[in-house]
Amino acid sequence: MASTVSNQQIVGDQAAGMPADAQWPVWEVFTQSAQGAPHEHAGSLHAVDAEQALQNARDVYARRGGVISLWVVPSGAITASSPGDGGPFFDPGSDKAYRHPQFYKVPRGVRGV
Amino acid sequence: MTGGTTTPSVVPAPAPMPNAFFEYLLRLGDDRLVLGHRLSEWCGHGPVLEEDIALSNVALDLLGQATMLLRLAGEVEGRGRTEDALAYFREVVEFRNAQLVELPTGDFAYTIARQFLFDVYAVVLLDALSTSRHAELAAIAAKSLKEAKYHVRHSGEWMLKLGDGTEESHRRAQRALDELWRFTGELFAPDEIDRAMREAGIAPDLGALRATWESLVRDVIDRATLTLPGDVPRLPTARGGRAGAHTEYLGHMLAEMQIIARSHPGASW
Repeated sequence: MASTVSNQQIVGDQAAGMPADAQWPVWEVFTQSAQGAPHEHAGSLHAVDAEQALQNARDVYARRGGVISLWVVPSGAITASSPGDGGPFFDPGSDKAYRHPQFYKVPRGVRGV
Repeated sequence: MTGGTTTPSVVPAPAPMPNAFFEYLLRLGDDRLVLGHRLSEWCGHGPVLEEDIALSNVALDLLGQATMLLRLAGEVEGRGRTEDALAYFREVVEFRNAQLVELPTGDFAYTIARQFLFDVYAVVLLDALSTSRHAELAAIAAKSLKEAKYHVRHSGEWMLKLGDGTEESHRRAQRALDELWRFTGELFAPDEIDRAMREAGIAPDLGALRATWESLVRDVIDRATLTLPGDVPRLPTARGGRAGAHTEYLGHMLAEMQIIARSHPGASW
Protein backbone atom coordinates (compact mmCIF):
# COMPACT_ATOMS: atom_id res chain seq x y z
CA MET A 1 0.00 0.00 0.00
CA ALA A 2 2.50 2.55 1.13
CA SER A 3 4.78 1.82 -1.79
CA THR A 4 2.17 3.05 -4.27
CA VAL A 5 2.43 6.55 -2.81
CA SER A 6 5.57 8.28 -3.96
CA ASN A 7 7.45 10.84 -1.91
CA GLN A 8 6.75 13.33 -4.65
CA GLN A 9 3.01 12.97 -4.13
CA ILE A 10 3.30 13.44 -0.40
CA VAL A 11 5.52 16.47 -0.72
CA GLY A 12 3.28 17.83 -3.45
CA ASP A 13 0.22 17.58 -1.20
CA GLN A 14 1.83 19.36 1.71
CA ALA A 15 3.25 22.15 -0.40
CA ALA A 16 0.02 22.66 -2.32
CA GLY A 17 0.15 25.69 -4.56
CA MET A 18 3.94 25.70 -4.60
CA PRO A 19 5.79 24.58 -7.72
CA ALA A 20 7.87 21.48 -7.06
CA ASP A 21 11.17 23.28 -7.63
CA ALA A 22 10.40 26.30 -5.41
CA GLN A 23 12.81 25.20 -2.70
CA TRP A 24 14.27 27.76 -0.36
CA PRO A 25 18.03 28.31 -0.71
CA VAL A 26 20.35 25.87 1.05
CA TRP A 27 22.68 27.00 3.84
CA GLU A 28 25.59 25.19 5.46
CA VAL A 29 25.71 25.27 9.25
CA PHE A 30 28.84 25.37 11.40
CA THR A 31 28.71 24.96 15.16
CA GLN A 32 31.25 25.75 17.84
CA SER A 33 31.15 23.70 21.03
CA ALA A 34 33.56 25.67 23.23
CA GLN A 35 35.43 28.94 23.35
CA GLY A 36 38.49 28.66 21.11
CA ALA A 37 37.31 25.43 19.47
CA PRO A 38 36.89 25.44 15.70
CA HIS A 39 33.49 25.90 14.07
CA GLU A 40 32.73 22.50 12.60
CA HIS A 41 30.33 21.63 9.81
CA ALA A 42 27.13 20.27 11.31
CA GLY A 43 24.89 19.94 8.28
CA SER A 44 22.68 21.98 6.01
CA LEU A 45 19.16 23.41 5.91
CA HIS A 46 16.74 25.54 3.92
CA ALA A 47 16.00 29.19 4.71
CA VAL A 48 14.93 32.29 2.82
CA ASP A 49 17.49 34.64 4.40
CA ALA A 50 20.38 34.79 6.84
CA GLU A 51 18.29 35.53 9.93
CA GLN A 52 15.98 32.64 9.23
CA ALA A 53 18.95 30.40 8.49
CA LEU A 54 20.43 31.31 11.86
CA GLN A 55 17.13 30.59 13.64
CA ASN A 56 16.65 27.31 11.81
CA ALA A 57 20.22 26.32 12.59
CA ARG A 58 19.58 27.06 16.25
CA ASP A 59 16.46 24.90 16.22
CA VAL A 60 17.81 22.04 14.14
CA TYR A 61 21.42 21.79 15.32
CA ALA A 62 21.68 23.56 18.68
CA ARG A 63 18.39 22.78 20.42
CA ARG A 64 19.85 20.08 22.64
CA GLY A 65 22.65 22.30 23.92
CA GLY A 66 26.40 21.97 23.56
CA VAL A 67 26.70 24.85 21.09
CA ILE A 68 27.97 28.33 21.94
CA SER A 69 28.27 29.85 18.46
CA LEU A 70 26.75 29.31 15.02
CA TRP A 71 27.79 30.24 11.49
CA VAL A 72 25.50 29.93 8.50
CA VAL A 73 26.87 30.21 4.98
CA PRO A 74 24.97 30.07 1.67
CA SER A 75 25.93 26.75 0.13
CA GLY A 76 26.67 28.49 -3.15
CA ALA A 77 29.36 30.57 -1.45
CA ILE A 78 31.47 27.49 -0.82
CA THR A 79 34.01 26.49 -3.46
CA ALA A 80 34.78 22.80 -3.13
CA SER A 81 37.32 20.49 -4.69
CA SER A 82 35.82 17.93 -7.03
CA PRO A 83 36.30 14.16 -6.96
CA GLY A 84 38.41 14.52 -10.10
CA ASP A 85 40.89 16.61 -8.14
CA GLY A 86 41.52 13.64 -5.84
CA GLY A 87 44.75 12.44 -7.39
CA PRO A 88 46.54 15.73 -8.06
CA PHE A 89 45.32 17.36 -4.83
CA PHE A 90 45.71 14.70 -2.21
CA ASP A 91 47.88 11.78 -3.29
CA PRO A 92 51.28 13.51 -3.28
CA GLY A 93 51.18 13.82 0.51
CA SER A 94 50.66 10.16 1.27
CA ASP A 95 54.08 8.71 0.34
CA LYS A 96 56.38 11.35 1.77
CA ALA A 97 56.93 10.38 5.34
CA TYR A 98 59.32 13.28 5.89
CA ARG A 99 56.35 15.65 5.63
CA HIS A 100 55.12 14.37 8.97
CA PRO A 101 56.71 15.50 12.22
CA GLN A 102 56.75 11.88 13.40
CA PHE A 103 59.44 11.21 10.76
CA TYR A 104 61.99 13.08 12.81
CA LYS A 105 63.47 11.57 15.93
CA VAL A 106 63.39 13.88 18.90
CA PRO A 107 66.88 14.10 20.44
CA ARG A 108 67.14 12.85 23.97
CA GLY A 109 67.03 15.62 26.47
CA VAL A 110 64.52 17.74 24.59
CA ARG A 111 61.48 18.26 26.74
CA GLY A 112 58.08 19.76 26.19
CA VAL A 113 57.60 18.48 22.65
CA MET B 1 -11.88 25.41 59.03
CA THR B 2 -11.92 27.44 62.23
CA GLY B 3 -14.88 25.74 63.87
CA GLY B 4 -17.50 28.46 63.44
CA THR B 5 -16.37 30.66 66.30
CA THR B 6 -16.05 33.76 64.11
CA THR B 7 -18.92 36.13 63.56
CA PRO B 8 -20.73 35.41 60.31
CA SER B 9 -20.26 38.22 57.83
CA VAL B 10 -22.37 39.21 54.86
CA VAL B 11 -19.35 40.36 52.89
CA PRO B 12 -17.14 37.38 52.11
CA ALA B 13 -13.66 37.72 53.51
CA PRO B 14 -10.95 38.26 50.90
CA ALA B 15 -9.44 35.03 49.72
CA PRO B 16 -6.47 34.06 51.85
CA MET B 17 -3.11 34.70 50.20
CA PRO B 18 -2.11 31.10 49.43
CA ASN B 19 -5.36 30.57 47.55
CA ALA B 20 -4.94 33.69 45.43
CA PHE B 21 -1.33 32.76 44.72
CA PHE B 22 -2.43 29.26 43.71
CA GLU B 23 -4.96 30.78 41.30
CA TYR B 24 -2.34 33.11 39.90
CA LEU B 25 0.11 30.27 39.29
CA LEU B 26 -2.62 28.30 37.51
CA ARG B 27 -3.11 31.22 35.13
CA LEU B 28 0.59 31.34 34.31
CA GLY B 29 0.91 27.57 34.03
CA ASP B 30 -2.30 26.96 32.07
CA ASP B 31 -1.46 29.64 29.47
CA ARG B 32 1.70 27.73 28.69
CA LEU B 33 0.28 24.22 28.96
CA VAL B 34 -2.59 24.97 26.58
CA LEU B 35 -0.57 27.00 24.08
CA GLY B 36 2.20 24.39 24.17
CA HIS B 37 -0.33 21.69 23.32
CA ARG B 38 -1.82 23.76 20.50
CA LEU B 39 1.64 24.30 19.03
CA SER B 40 2.48 20.63 19.33
CA GLU B 41 -0.37 19.93 16.92
CA TRP B 42 1.97 21.23 14.20
CA CYS B 43 4.46 18.43 14.86
CA GLY B 44 4.71 16.51 11.59
CA HIS B 45 2.57 19.08 9.77
CA GLY B 46 4.88 22.10 9.58
CA PRO B 47 5.21 23.89 6.24
CA VAL B 48 8.88 22.87 6.01
CA LEU B 49 10.99 20.52 8.10
CA GLU B 50 12.93 23.34 9.75
CA GLU B 51 9.77 25.16 10.83
CA ASP B 52 8.21 21.93 12.04
CA ILE B 53 11.17 21.50 14.38
CA ALA B 54 11.10 25.18 15.40
CA LEU B 55 7.42 25.07 16.42
CA SER B 56 7.93 21.80 18.29
CA ASN B 57 10.85 23.41 20.12
CA VAL B 58 8.70 26.29 21.25
CA ALA B 59 5.98 23.84 22.29
CA LEU B 60 8.47 21.92 24.42
CA ASP B 61 9.74 25.14 26.02
CA LEU B 62 6.20 26.11 26.96
CA LEU B 63 5.51 22.64 28.33
CA GLY B 64 8.65 22.90 30.46
CA GLN B 65 7.56 26.25 31.83
CA ALA B 66 4.08 24.88 32.55
CA THR B 67 5.63 21.97 34.43
CA MET B 68 7.57 24.28 36.74
CA LEU B 69 4.63 26.62 37.32
CA LEU B 70 2.06 23.89 37.96
CA ARG B 71 4.44 22.05 40.27
CA LEU B 72 4.83 25.21 42.30
CA ALA B 73 1.05 25.70 42.18
CA GLY B 74 0.55 22.21 43.61
CA GLU B 75 2.99 22.92 46.42
CA VAL B 76 1.31 26.23 47.22
CA GLU B 77 -2.11 24.59 47.25
CA GLY B 78 -0.82 22.02 49.73
CA ARG B 79 -3.26 19.23 48.83
CA GLY B 80 -0.68 16.94 47.35
CA ARG B 81 -1.56 17.57 43.71
CA THR B 82 1.40 17.19 41.35
CA GLU B 83 1.84 19.05 38.08
CA ASP B 84 0.50 15.97 36.28
CA ALA B 85 -2.60 15.86 38.48
CA LEU B 86 -3.25 19.51 37.69
CA ALA B 87 -2.65 19.08 33.96
CA TYR B 88 -4.57 15.86 33.40
CA PHE B 89 -7.23 15.64 36.07
CA ARG B 90 -8.87 19.05 36.05
CA GLU B 91 -12.06 19.77 34.13
CA VAL B 92 -12.37 22.51 31.55
CA VAL B 93 -14.01 24.99 33.97
CA GLU B 94 -11.03 24.59 36.32
CA PHE B 95 -8.56 25.80 33.69
CA ARG B 96 -7.40 29.39 34.08
CA ASN B 97 -5.69 30.09 30.75
CA ALA B 98 -6.68 33.11 28.66
CA GLN B 99 -8.97 32.26 25.75
CA LEU B 100 -6.37 33.50 23.26
CA VAL B 101 -4.21 30.41 23.73
CA GLU B 102 -6.97 27.80 23.44
CA LEU B 103 -8.24 28.83 20.00
CA PRO B 104 -7.59 26.23 17.29
CA THR B 105 -4.28 26.38 15.42
CA GLY B 106 -5.84 27.71 12.20
CA ASP B 107 -3.50 28.25 9.28
CA PHE B 108 0.19 29.04 9.64
CA ALA B 109 -0.40 32.81 9.68
CA TYR B 110 -2.97 32.40 12.46
CA THR B 111 -0.59 30.26 14.51
CA ILE B 112 2.22 32.76 14.05
CA ALA B 113 0.08 35.83 14.80
CA ARG B 114 -1.28 34.28 18.00
CA GLN B 115 2.22 33.20 18.96
CA PHE B 116 3.63 36.66 18.34
CA LEU B 117 0.94 38.38 20.42
CA PHE B 118 1.51 35.90 23.24
CA ASP B 119 5.32 35.91 23.00
CA VAL B 120 5.51 39.69 23.43
CA TYR B 121 3.13 39.40 26.40
CA ALA B 122 5.29 36.61 27.84
CA VAL B 123 8.46 38.67 27.53
CA VAL B 124 7.09 41.78 29.27
CA LEU B 125 5.37 39.72 31.96
CA LEU B 126 8.28 37.37 32.68
CA ASP B 127 10.69 40.29 32.73
CA ALA B 128 8.61 41.84 35.49
CA LEU B 129 8.09 38.54 37.31
CA SER B 130 11.82 37.88 37.38
CA THR B 131 12.03 40.51 40.14
CA SER B 132 9.04 39.07 42.02
CA ARG B 133 9.23 39.03 45.79
CA HIS B 134 8.53 35.30 45.61
CA ALA B 135 12.00 33.85 45.03
CA GLU B 136 10.97 30.60 43.37
CA LEU B 137 8.56 32.31 40.97
CA ALA B 138 11.29 34.86 40.19
CA ALA B 139 13.70 32.05 39.35
CA ILE B 140 11.18 30.29 37.10
CA ALA B 141 10.44 33.60 35.36
CA ALA B 142 14.12 34.36 34.80
CA LYS B 143 14.68 30.93 33.25
CA SER B 144 11.55 31.21 31.11
CA LEU B 145 12.40 34.74 29.99
CA LYS B 146 15.45 33.47 28.09
CA GLU B 147 13.22 31.09 26.15
CA ALA B 148 10.54 33.72 25.56
CA LYS B 149 13.09 36.11 24.09
CA TYR B 150 13.94 33.53 21.49
CA HIS B 151 10.29 32.75 20.85
CA VAL B 152 9.50 36.38 20.07
CA ARG B 153 12.50 36.62 17.77
CA HIS B 154 11.14 33.65 15.86
CA SER B 155 7.48 34.73 15.70
CA GLY B 156 8.37 38.40 15.15
CA GLU B 157 10.58 37.54 12.19
CA TRP B 158 7.74 35.50 10.72
CA MET B 159 5.28 38.37 11.18
CA LEU B 160 7.59 40.54 9.07
CA LYS B 161 7.94 37.86 6.41
CA LEU B 162 4.22 37.11 6.20
CA GLY B 163 3.04 40.71 6.41
CA ASP B 164 5.61 42.04 3.98
CA GLY B 165 5.67 38.90 1.83
CA THR B 166 3.26 37.93 -0.91
CA GLU B 167 -0.24 39.26 -1.40
CA GLU B 168 -1.65 36.03 0.01
CA SER B 169 0.61 35.88 3.06
CA HIS B 170 -0.24 39.53 3.81
CA ARG B 171 -3.96 38.84 3.51
CA ARG B 172 -3.78 35.80 5.77
CA ALA B 173 -1.65 37.55 8.40
CA GLN B 174 -4.01 40.52 8.47
CA ARG B 175 -7.04 38.26 8.75
CA ALA B 176 -5.40 36.43 11.66
CA LEU B 177 -4.66 39.69 13.47
CA ASP B 178 -8.21 40.89 12.92
CA GLU B 179 -9.65 37.68 14.34
CA LEU B 180 -7.30 37.42 17.29
CA TRP B 181 -7.27 41.03 18.40
CA ARG B 182 -10.38 40.94 20.57
CA PHE B 183 -8.84 38.15 22.65
CA THR B 184 -5.86 40.29 23.68
CA GLY B 185 -7.87 42.45 26.10
CA GLU B 186 -8.16 39.55 28.52
CA LEU B 187 -4.39 39.45 28.97
CA PHE B 188 -4.46 42.91 30.53
CA ALA B 189 -7.72 42.94 32.47
CA PRO B 190 -6.79 42.74 36.14
CA ASP B 191 -9.19 41.27 38.71
CA GLU B 192 -8.95 40.79 42.48
CA ILE B 193 -6.36 38.02 42.10
CA ASP B 194 -4.08 40.27 40.07
CA ARG B 195 -4.54 43.09 42.56
CA ALA B 196 -3.74 40.81 45.50
CA MET B 197 -0.59 39.61 43.74
CA ARG B 198 0.45 43.14 42.95
CA GLU B 199 -0.08 44.34 46.51
CA ALA B 200 1.96 41.41 47.79
CA GLY B 201 4.84 42.35 45.48
CA ILE B 202 4.50 39.03 43.67
CA ALA B 203 3.26 40.25 40.29
CA PRO B 204 3.40 43.49 38.31
CA ASP B 205 0.67 45.96 37.39
CA LEU B 206 -1.00 44.55 34.27
CA GLY B 207 -2.12 48.00 33.16
CA ALA B 208 1.47 49.21 33.04
CA LEU B 209 2.52 46.13 31.07
CA ARG B 210 -0.13 46.81 28.45
CA ALA B 211 1.51 50.04 27.27
CA THR B 212 4.88 48.31 26.83
CA TRP B 213 3.26 45.36 25.09
CA GLU B 214 1.31 47.56 22.73
CA SER B 215 4.30 49.62 21.64
CA LEU B 216 6.39 46.48 21.00
CA VAL B 217 3.57 44.86 19.04
CA ARG B 218 2.85 48.03 17.09
CA ASP B 219 6.48 48.39 16.05
CA VAL B 220 6.58 44.95 14.42
CA ILE B 221 3.08 45.22 12.94
CA ASP B 222 4.00 48.55 11.32
CA ARG B 223 7.21 47.17 9.87
CA ALA B 224 5.28 44.14 8.61
CA THR B 225 3.03 46.60 6.68
CA LEU B 226 0.06 45.23 8.61
CA THR B 227 -2.62 47.23 10.41
CA LEU B 228 -3.53 46.94 14.07
CA PRO B 229 -7.29 46.43 14.27
CA GLY B 230 -7.63 49.24 16.84
CA ASP B 231 -6.84 49.92 20.45
CA VAL B 232 -6.33 46.97 22.76
CA PRO B 233 -9.83 46.05 23.95
CA ARG B 234 -10.22 47.32 27.49
CA LEU B 235 -12.16 44.94 29.65
CA PRO B 236 -13.17 46.12 33.11
CA THR B 237 -12.07 42.85 34.66
CA ALA B 238 -11.15 39.33 33.72
CA ARG B 239 -14.27 37.21 33.33
CA GLY B 240 -13.23 34.87 30.54
CA GLY B 241 -10.69 32.09 30.71
CA ARG B 242 -9.16 33.47 33.91
CA ALA B 243 -12.47 32.77 35.62
CA GLY B 244 -12.95 29.38 33.98
CA ALA B 245 -15.21 30.55 31.14
CA HIS B 246 -13.77 29.09 27.97
CA THR B 247 -14.58 28.86 24.29
CA GLU B 248 -16.03 25.66 22.89
CA TYR B 249 -12.57 24.65 21.72
CA LEU B 250 -10.81 24.00 25.02
CA GLY B 251 -12.96 21.01 26.02
CA HIS B 252 -12.15 19.18 22.81
CA MET B 253 -8.48 19.93 23.17
CA LEU B 254 -8.40 18.71 26.78
CA ALA B 255 -10.21 15.51 25.83
CA GLU B 256 -7.38 14.70 23.48
CA MET B 257 -4.67 15.91 25.84
CA GLN B 258 -5.98 14.09 28.91
CA ILE B 259 -7.31 10.81 27.58
CA ILE B 260 -4.14 8.74 27.95
CA ALA B 261 -3.48 9.88 31.52
CA ARG B 262 -7.11 9.26 32.45
CA SER B 263 -7.32 5.88 30.75
CA HIS B 264 -4.17 4.65 32.45
CA PRO B 265 -3.87 6.52 35.75
CA GLY B 266 -0.36 6.39 37.17
CA ALA B 267 1.09 4.79 34.05
CA SER B 268 4.68 5.59 33.16
CA TRP B 269 7.14 4.66 30.47
